[in-house]
Amino acid sequence: MISDQFPALIIVFPLIIAFWINIVGWWWKRPCFYMSILALSVSFISAIGILNTVITSGTIHYRLGGWEPPWGIEYVVDHLNALILVIVSFVGLVVGIYSKKSIEKEISEAKIPQFYTIYTFLVMGLLGMTVTGDAFNLYVLLEIASLASYALIAMGEDGAPLASFNYVIMGTIGACFYLLGVGYLYIATGSLNMADFSQLLPNLYHSKTVLVAFAFLMVGVAIKMAFFPLHGWLPDAYTHAPSAVSAFVAATMTKVGAYVMIRVMFTIFKPYFSTEMLPATTILGWIAAAAMIYGTVLAIAQKDIKRMLCYIIIAEVGYIVMGVSVGNRMGFTGAVLHIVYDAFMMACLFLVVGAVYYKTGARTIVEYKALFKKMPLTSVSFAIGALSVIGIPPTCGFFSKWYLVLGAINAQQWLFAAALLVSSLLSAVVFFRVLQNIFFAPSESAHKQGSEPHVEVMRDEAPVSMLIPILITVTGILLLGVFSGQIISTIIQFTVPEGF
Amino acid sequence: MIEYIIAKYNYWGYILLMMIGFYAMIGKKNLVKKLLGMNVFQWAIILFYVSIASKKGGATIPIVMGAHGHYEPAQAIQFLNPLPHCLMLTAIVVGVSTTGVALALIIMIHRRYKTVEEDEILESLEAFKK
Amino acid sequence: MEIIYSSRPALAILVSLIGAFLILLTGERSRNLREFWTILASVVKFSIVLSMVPFILDGKILEYTVFNISPGLSIQFKVDALGIIFGLTASFLWIITSFYSIGYVRSLKEHAQTRYFVCFAIALSATMGVAFSANMFTTFLFYEIITVCTYPLVAHKETPEAIRGARKYLTYLLGTSIAFQLLAVFLTYYVSGSLDFKYEGLLSGALGSGVSETLLTVIFILYMAGIAKAAMMPLHSWLPAAMVAPTPVSALLHAVAVVKTGVFVVVKVVLHIFGINLLTQLGLGTALAYFASFTIIVASVIALTQDNLKLRLAYSTVSQLSYVILGVALLTPSAITGSIMHITLHAFGKITLFFTAGAIYVATHKTKVSELDGIGRQMPFTMGAFTLGALSMIGIPPLGGFISKWYLTLGAIEANQFPIIIVLAASTILNACYFMPIVYAAFFKEPLPDPHHHQHSNSHKKLHEAPALMVVPLVLTAIGALILFFAPTFFLDMTRIALKSVIGGN
Repeated sequence: MISDQFPALIIVFPLIIAFWINIVGWWWKRPCFYMSILALSVSFISAIGILNTVITSGTIHYRLGGWEPPWGIEYVVDHLNALILVIVSFVGLVVGIYSKKSIEKEISEAKIPQFYTIYTFLVMGLLGMTVTGDAFNLYVLLEIASLASYALIAMGEDGAPLASFNYVIMGTIGACFYLLGVGYLYIATGSLNMADFSQLLPNLYHSKTVLVAFAFLMVGVAIKMAFFPLHGWLPDAYTHAPSAVSAFVAATMTKVGAYVMIRVMFTIFKPYFSTEMLPATTILGWIAAAAMIYGTVLAIAQKDIKRMLCYIIIAEVGYIVMGVSVGNRMGFTGAVLHIVYDAFMMACLFLVVGAVYYKTGARTIVEYKALFKKMPLTSVSFAIGALSVIGIPPTCGFFSKWYLVLGAINAQQWLFAAALLVSSLLSAVVFFRVLQNIFFAPSESAHKQGSEPHVEVMRDEAPVSMLIPILITVTGILLLGVFSGQIISTIIQFTVPEGF
Repeated sequence: MIEYIIAKYNYWGYILLMMIGFYAMIGKKNLVKKLLGMNVFQWAIILFYVSIASKKGGATIPIVMGAHGHYEPAQAIQFLNPLPHCLMLTAIVVGVSTTGVALALIIMIHRRYKTVEEDEILESLEAFKK
Repeated sequence: MEIIYSSRPALAILVSLIGAFLILLTGERSRNLREFWTILASVVKFSIVLSMVPFILDGKILEYTVFNISPGLSIQFKVDALGIIFGLTASFLWIITSFYSIGYVRSLKEHAQTRYFVCFAIALSATMGVAFSANMFTTFLFYEIITVCTYPLVAHKETPEAIRGARKYLTYLLGTSIAFQLLAVFLTYYVSGSLDFKYEGLLSGALGSGVSETLLTVIFILYMAGIAKAAMMPLHSWLPAAMVAPTPVSALLHAVAVVKTGVFVVVKVVLHIFGINLLTQLGLGTALAYFASFTIIVASVIALTQDNLKLRLAYSTVSQLSYVILGVALLTPSAITGSIMHITLHAFGKITLFFTAGAIYVATHKTKVSELDGIGRQMPFTMGAFTLGALSMIGIPPLGGFISKWYLTLGAIEANQFPIIIVLAASTILNACYFMPIVYAAFFKEPLPDPHHHQHSNSHKKLHEAPALMVVPLVLTAIGALILFFAPTFFLDMTRIALKSVIGGN
C-alpha cells in the first residue's frame, strides 16, 4: 500500500523532483514552478495521510530499508510530528503557489530554476527533521534545511548576502553544538535512535556526559529556533530575504526548531529530567518571559514592517517555550497549539507584506499609508493576522494564548501570565500603529464635511495567485480558532508527555 | 590528576581547536577569517568524534586481513568502532557544503562591495540606504 | 426554570452579519438598496428578539450552544429576562438610528458610507452577542468584537483629531480589556473551573471551598477595571474622546450599544458571577456603590463646564451609566430593579438628546451650547424632543427617567445607605443645572446674530428643521421616553422575572 510508504515518500519524492528541477531548468524555465508544486502537493497529501493513520492507529514506526533499529534509521511519527508535518507541508505548498509572481520580480530569471530546486530542498529538509526518529539523521536534515535557507536568503535584496553569511556562521555553531550533543549521547549509550535513548539514558542521568550532552543539545536548538538571546541572526536574515522565502521560513523554521526542542526534552530525555532533576524548565521559563517582552518591545521600535514582524517571531518563540516550560498539560497544549497557529499567523502577515512590496514597493510603516483604498483585501488580511497575534477572539491566536495563560496560572507562575498579557498589549500597540496608517490615513488638509475625496485612488489589488494563498491563511486563522477543541481532543492531547 | 588530563588528551585537543575556531568566528571582522574559523570549529568536532572511535589496546582498522573465503568470527575488541567514522563522513560532506555556500556568499559580497571586511561592508550598506 | 433549545439568539446575531455582508456587496453602486439592507436587517433582528419575549414572560430560558471548545469553555447563548431587556432596547433603537443615520450621512454627504453601515451592522451583531451570552468567555469574545468594529466608526471622519480620539478609544478599551478583564476571566476559570453565568453567582461557593477573600476581591477589582466600557472613573476618558465620531455613532453606540454593553456586563458580573450573597459578605457592594457615586457627582460637575453640546452629553452619559452600576452595587431588590430599568430608560432619553445634537449640527452647523439661543423657534420639534429627553435624564415625571430614579432611591433606603440618597438628589439637581439652561435658552432667548448664516433679523421665525429623516426618529424616541412612564409594566415584569431568578422569590 502506498500509504504505508508515506513517511518515506514525504521526503524522497521532493528530493528526487528537486534534483530534476535543476536539470530541467537548464533548458526550460517554465516547468520548474509546476514541478515544485507537484512535489510539495505530494508531500502535503502524504502528510495528511500520515496524520490520518496516526489518529486512527497510533504511532507509526517506519524502518528505512527494513533495517531494525538501532542499527537502521527509523522514522517515528506520533501525533506531535504528524501535526507539524501537515503544517510545514501546507505552508510550503501555499507559499510555493504564492512565490510564482513574487519571485519573478525579485530574482533574476536565470536563477529561477535554482530557486525552486533549493526551495523544494528546504521544505524537504524541514519535513525530514520532523519525521525522523534518529538523532543523527536529524542533524543531517537540519543541515540540509539550513544550507537551503542560507542560499535562499542570500538571493534577496541589498544586504542579503551579508545577512546570510552571518546566519551561516551562527547556524553552523548551532548545528555543531547539536552534533556535539549527539556525540556525547553516543559515547554514553552507543546508540543514535531517539526511542533507544529514552530507554538507555535514565540510568545515566547522573553522569556528567549526559548532562553536558543535554546542555549542548539545548543551546544548539536554541540557536536554531532564535530563542532570545541567541536570536541575533534572525532579524537581518529574514528581513532581507525574498518575500516568499521570508514567509516560509518565518512560519516554519523556528517552529520546527521548537519541535526539536520538545523532542530533546521529552522524548530523548524523560520529562522529569528537565523538570525535577535540573532546573531546566525554570530557566527556560524565565528566558522565555524575557524573550516575549524583548521581542514585542523591539518590534515597537522598528520602522521596516518586515523587521518588525521578525521581532514578533522572537516573541512568539518565547510563548512556545514558555508553554513548554510550565510543565503542565494546559501549558503544553497551548505551546503545541501555538506552533500550529503561529505558522498560520506569520505566513499570513509575511505573505501580505510580500504582496504589498510586489505591488507598491512599500516596506516601511509610513509607506503603508492609505493602503486600504488600493488593496482592500490584502489590508483586511493584514488586520486579521494582526488581531490574531494580539490575541483577540475569534481569531486563532486568542485560543492558543488562552491555554498558555491558563497553563501559567495553573503552575502558579503569575509573572509568566503577566508577561504574556503585557506582551499582548504591547503587540496591540505594535500593530495598531500600522493598522491606523493602513485604514485611516490622516488627510493633510483639514477634512471638510461632505467633500468626497478628489483623488480617486485606483484599486490595484494583488494578483490572484498571491491573493489566494493569503486568503487561505486568513480562513485558517478565523476557522481554526473555534475548532481548537477538536484539534486538541483528536491530536494534541496525545502529545502531552506523561506525568503532566 | 595529571594522568587524568593526559588520558583525556583528545578532549583537550578538540576543545582547544573549537575555541580557536569560535574566537575566529566571533572576534574577527574579515569574512574569510570567519569562514576559516568556522571550518576549524567544525573540523574540531569531527576530529573529536573520530577520536572516540579508537579503543585501547592497539585496535586497528576494521578490515580483516586475508579473510576472503574464510569465515572466522571477528573480535570486536581488535577493531576500531567504524560507526563514528561513517557519521563523520556525512559531517565532513556537510562541512564542505557549508564552506562552499559560505565561499559563494563571500564572492557575491566581494563583487558587490569590493571588500570582505565586515565593518566596511556595513558602512557601505548604510551609505546605500541614504 | 425551564430551558428551551432554540437557535433564535444565534439567528438574531447572524441577521446583521448577513446584513453587513450584503451592505458590503452592494456598496456605493446603489445607495438605496444598501440602506434597504440595513433597515431590513434591523427590523428582522428586532422581530427575532421580540419573538423570544413570550417564552421569557412565561419564565422559560432559551439556550443555544454554538461551539464547545473545551470543558468549561464554549460559545453559548442563553436568553433570559435581563438579556432580553438589553436586546430589545438595542435592536429597537437600531431601527430608529438607521433611519437617522441615513438622513445624517446623506445630508452631510459623508465619505466612506459603506464602511459606516457595515461596521454599524457588525457592532449590533456583537451587541446582541453580549446580551445573549451564557458565559464570560462568549461575553469577552463579543465585547472585543464590539471594540474592534466600532473603532472605524469613531475614526470615521479621518481628521487628525478623529484619529487621535479613536486611538484613545482603542487604547482605553482594548488595554483594559486585555490587561484586566481577560486576567479576571482567567482567574475566574482557575478558581471555579467554569465561566458560565449562574443565577446564584458562579463564585458564590468559592468562600466555602477555601478561596481566599483577597483573591476574590482582586478578581472583582480586575473585572471592574477591565470593563472600561461602563465608563467608571477614572477609566472614562475614552467616552468624551469618542465624541469625534459622527453623531449617529455617538447616539447609538455611546448611548446604547457600547456603554450599555459595559454596564450590562457589570450587572452580569455582579449578579451572575459573584452573586449578591458573596458580594455582601465581601463588602464589595458598598465599595462599588461609593465609586459609582463619585463618578455620578464628578461627571455631572464636569458636564456643567462643557460648552460643546456633545461633550456635555458625553459627561452626562458617564454620570448616568454609574446610576446603573450604583443600583446593582446596592444589592437590594428595588435598587437592582431601578438599575435594570435605567438601562432602557436612559437609552431612550440619551439617544433623543444625541439625535437632537446631530439635527442641530446638520441644520445649523452649531456645536456649542452658547450658540443655541433661540434655536427653539427655528427647530421646535427638535428642541421639544430635547426637552423631553432632558426631563427624562433629570428624572421628572411624566418622563420615564423618573421610574428608575424612584426605584434607585427605594433601593438606597432598603440598603440603609442614606448618603446614596443624597448623591441621587444632588445629581438630579446637577442634571437640571446643565440641561435646563439649554432648554431655557433655546425657547426663551433671542437668537444671537449669526455671522455664518445669511439670515435676516426676522427670519428666526422661519422654521428651519433638519431633514425629516432625522427629525422623525428623534421625536419617536422622545415620545418613547414619555410612553415608558405611562406603560412601564412590560419592562417592570421583565425586570421582576430577572430579579426572581437572582434573588429567588424575595
